[in-house]
Amino acid sequence: MNETTGGIEDDEGSGIVKKFMFVNRKAPYGTIYALEGLEVVLISAAFDQDVSMAFLDDGVYQLVKGQHTKALAVKNFSPTYRALEGYDIEKLYVERESLEMRGLNADDLLVPVEVLSSAAMGDLMKTQDVVIGF
Amino acid sequence: MKFGIMVNEGPYTHQATDSAYQFAKATLEKGHQIYRVFFYHDGVNNATRLTEPPQDDRNVVARWSKLAEEHGIDLVVCVAAALRRGICDENLAPGFRISGLGQLVEAGIQADRLVVFGD
Amino acid sequence: MLHIVNKSPFENTTLASCLRVVCKGGGGALLLIEDGVYAATKNSVAGNAVHDVMGDIQVYALWPDVEARGIQDRVLEGVKMVDYGGFVDLVVEHSNVQSWL
Repeated sequence: MNETTGGIEDDEGSGIVKKFMFVNRKAPYGTIYALEGLEVVLISAAFDQDVSMAFLDDGVYQLVKGQHTKALAVKNFSPTYRALEGYDIEKLYVERESLEMRGLNADDLLVPVEVLSSAAMGDLMKTQDVVIGF
Repeated sequence: MKFGIMVNEGPYTHQATDSAYQFAKATLEKGHQIYRVFFYHDGVNNATRLTEPPQDDRNVVARWSKLAEEHGIDLVVCVAAALRRGICDENLAPGFRISGLGQLVEAGIQADRLVVFGD
Repeated sequence: MLHIVNKSPFENTTLASCLRVVCKGGGGALLLIEDGVYAATKNSVAGNAVHDVMGDIQVYALWPDVEARGIQDRVLEGVKMVDYGGFVDLVVEHSNVQSWL
């Protein structure tokens, strides 16, 4: 068994493909949820599932450009969102209302995303098998 | 039906683990199965055998251990989250095991429903 | 889809976000647990918001949490009470579930 991933080798080839959505609603740095959430997303890539990420509320702040954390002495994990494509995690959805409420738009984000209305986001959530919120 | 349960907060500060425990008990009483309970974020603190609550309070950790013993439930603590917070084999309560995040994803795949408790 | 909210609507926008997304898209059921049950109180700002969406979604509250907080006599009409067993049934009845943490 692989100590880091918890034995993913055993599970590959199980043949089940589910729709996983990771819903990010919290800002980075103030709490650990965004960072540890991202760790789950990266691991999920090894399971050949249909993975997407949704960003709502303060979760949109995870994606804003220009994060510099040196003075906090904590890791700036924002470049990881750009690396997700390399893990075949390409479905990043952001709720438009959450952006607008915060005076942001898609150009303020460090990675290409699909901006969805609240209604479209709700419709998309409804189609998922497993929804994990951070 | 097979349930997966995720617990994202530690004992006593947040109600999440109490809610998860009551939910877990209810699933078993209804004749369902629990595929796995996965502890993440500060939820890993549910797995320390060093907790000593006052006599008149519930023992959150011992309660999970007992549930695991009586019903053979797989209690998995995320290794990365656990090591960050000082939870390791030396202070692990009975019934818990430390493993990787893949165990959470696998629970999502194998269980019919994954219910998340946190803050 | 079953949506679970565990935050007080008076200190957190979680319920508002959930209702915005759920009512505009898809519908489903809302289960209020932990401090989320305060949203089920009548004559309150949050209760009024919940009342307004009850045509679109079914609203449930976890009775042990309601009772623990002493709001059992102030519950909004139309909010259905469930115990932990009822909570399990709701998860079984809906094909998917989301906790709005």
